[in-house]
Amino acid sequence: MVSIAVPVLSVVAALGLWELISQTGVISQRDLPAMSTTVQALWDMVQTGTFWKALGETVRGWAIGLGLAAALAVPIGVALGSSDFAASAFRVPIEFLRPIPSAALIPLLFLTLGTTLKSEIFLATFGAFWPLLVQTMYGVRDIDPVAVDTARSFQLTRNERLFRVTVPSALPYIMTGVRISSTVALILAFTAELFMGTPGLGQRLNYVETFGLNDQIYALALATGFLGVAIHFAVSAVERRVLRWHPSQRKTSTT
Amino acid sequence: MLEIKNLSKTYGTGATATHAVGNVSFSIEEGEFVCVVGPSGCGKTTLLKCIAGLLRPSAGEVLLRGGRVTGPPEQMALVFQEYSRSLMPWMSVRNNVLLPLRHKKLSRAERRSLVEDALRAVGLVGFMDRYPWQLSGGMQQRVAIARALAYQPQILLMDEPFASVDAQTRGDLEDLVLQVRDEFGITILFVTHDIDESVYLSDRVVALTHAPTEVKEVIPVALPKPRDQIATKELAEFARLRAHVYRLIKREQDIEDVERPVPVSGTSV
Amino acid sequence: MSPRVYRTLKIGAEITVPFLMLLAWWLYTVQRDDPKFPRPTTIVAEVRNRFFFAEFDLHVVPSLERIGLGFAIAVVLGVAIGIPLGLSRIGRSAAMPHIEYWRAIPPPALLPISIILLHSIGNTQKVSFIAFFCIFPVLLNTIDGVRAIEPTLIDTARSFRIPAHERIRRIVFPAALPQIFAGMRTSLALAVIMMVLSEYFASTSGVGYVLLISKNTFQFLPMWAAIVLIGVLGYLLNALFLLVERHVLAWHRGWRAATPR
Repeated sequence: MVSIAVPVLSVVAALGLWELISQTGVISQRDLPAMSTTVQALWDMVQTGTFWKALGETVRGWAIGLGLAAALAVPIGVALGSSDFAASAFRVPIEFLRPIPSAALIPLLFLTLGTTLKSEIFLATFGAFWPLLVQTMYGVRDIDPVAVDTARSFQLTRNERLFRVTVPSALPYIMTGVRISSTVALILAFTAELFMGTPGLGQRLNYVETFGLNDQIYALALATGFLGVAIHFAVSAVERRVLRWHPSQRKTSTT
Repeated sequence: MLEIKNLSKTYGTGATATHAVGNVSFSIEEGEFVCVVGPSGCGKTTLLKCIAGLLRPSAGEVLLRGGRVTGPPEQMALVFQEYSRSLMPWMSVRNNVLLPLRHKKLSRAERRSLVEDALRAVGLVGFMDRYPWQLSGGMQQRVAIARALAYQPQILLMDEPFASVDAQTRGDLEDLVLQVRDEFGITILFVTHDIDESVYLSDRVVALTHAPTEVKEVIPVALPKPRDQIATKELAEFARLRAHVYRLIKREQDIEDVERPVPVSGTSV
Repeated sequence: MSPRVYRTLKIGAEITVPFLMLLAWWLYTVQRDDPKFPRPTTIVAEVRNRFFFAEFDLHVVPSLERIGLGFAIAVVLGVAIGIPLGLSRIGRSAAMPHIEYWRAIPPPALLPISIILLHSIGNTQKVSFIAFFCIFPVLLNTIDGVRAIEPTLIDTARSFRIPAHERIRRIVFPAALPQIFAGMRTSLALAVIMMVLSEYFASTSGVGYVLLISKNTFQFLPMWAAIVLIGVLGYLLNALFLLVERHVLAWHRGWRAATPR
């Protein structure tokens, strides 16, 4: 019981502090709407269809972006990771393309593909592709050579080795990559909506920001945060389930 | 000088409680070399940590020169078994030995001379600027010993310090510890599971029972000094003492194995 | 195939594959002949002309300043908060809900708020925005690094009665440093992204601003130049960071190599 009391109290205290700061005018109510006001605005928003439609659109962008990135990055990652030659050959291009912030591509996409779902997906996929590719390559390269030798001594074919030894061994890394890529995909989907106006929560934020509706700005930000947390939890849960068997299920807080 | 009175330590509560130390009482005189031997998993390390003030005992007390030990006492220094985990890898040998001296009220010159003297005593003066992981296992343990020596303790506690070192190096290190004891006049409490070592080094051997551990017997070792790896071990008295201790421990080990058939690998409780 | 032949072929591939890709890009742009996709050579010329050095002070410097300052603040705060949290279970328990929330929220959602709260779109707003989100990788890695410290190291320190503040300074901090550096590396990459986002959203200077302006005026060449510059910037900053890390953590590599785990 003690273990859950502390975090709950901590959240309650923070919310209380927010209310206090705003109500007493330490920060003006116009700049920082009170917690109660924001929650009210959020509650109102949640009743509307437009909110849920926008939420669905953002989730759609995230899901397709992540899915496409995974469909591309995992096979390519396995291929590159298994071949020392291929990994070396493509090392330089990957090292140069990887650090390009996908955010920098927004104007390009805006001017070429326009404010369509395609732009959003392209952006999300491009950004989510790299972490997953790199993690998959690490995972495949990090395979215990004893496991590989064992498989070969049992005369497993190349494909059998791939699916029964390589991929399962690399799975923890791949799942870490999925977790990271999921975060990136969400950020980019939202960014595309905010900056380009593709439909979704980001676009709603842009809209209310243009009209200076502070209450709703805060409410939308709050809601987006919750969406982020929900997605993070969901992906982490999937990760835990998939890796149930793996001894490396350490408890860490990183990403 | 050091009195352990009815020390006991239990982890946890209720049905899943682990009674590591049952009821241990013995004492050590000034200048003595006392070895504590016991079967694996009997609670030796827990006992040592309680004596060192790192763990609070569940019952009983430890008296150092009459004063109760409630935390690590200033006159005590520890040498751990895992040297690679007790020496700081980001510090040179010199800085590792210097570390405990930094918060003592000493001048820079005093600190420097203490460090040099300690390293000279263990024969590592030329390695002051190396990093511990650049040295062999035996040398790293010598650094740990030097660090304890530089601290100028009156009593040195050693927790199976040579267990992770190869057999030949172990002999050298054993002789080093005897030499250091003679040179610096410190009292030593030495925990080990190596029976030969315990007889070779000590003035008295404290044999422990299986967990929850108690003192089974205290055996005086009246072998001549200085000890020698070959000469001493050829003596009939050595063989007799060794056999005696071995029988005691073996009996306890058998009980231990029956009661706790699955060994906890790597940990000496 | 002999090892020597294999190695030569490998090095050959390492050189030719990037070269071929650049060539393909160049050929594509020549064939397409579209102002939307200028030739790589033209882009490089534009990068040189515009950013080095005509508008260097106007754009490159402010962007770098924001990244630098934001990153530095994030590192200091991340470590300063992370060490106590790593050492205190109750502290972690209280802080975790907040950390979990703020690291999960997509940063752009807070761009409008950062402008509202700070009443400006100047450096303070940008640096605050960058610093805020860059704290989290450092913070989380610091916590993990502190929690993973070998207990024997702490026992050793306690047995020698080393006082708490010395323990933290001389033992906890260096022991966690490798993990902290891992977090710093992520933070640095994040800082570049946050810089671009905050400048693109609202700014009067900076490389991200160039992106914004070129989009508004439909000028593709400066846009491509800015994209290339940002990519190069990210790469160089990362390389520089790795150099520093290699120097600071030299002991760690040696220790890992020498110690069986």
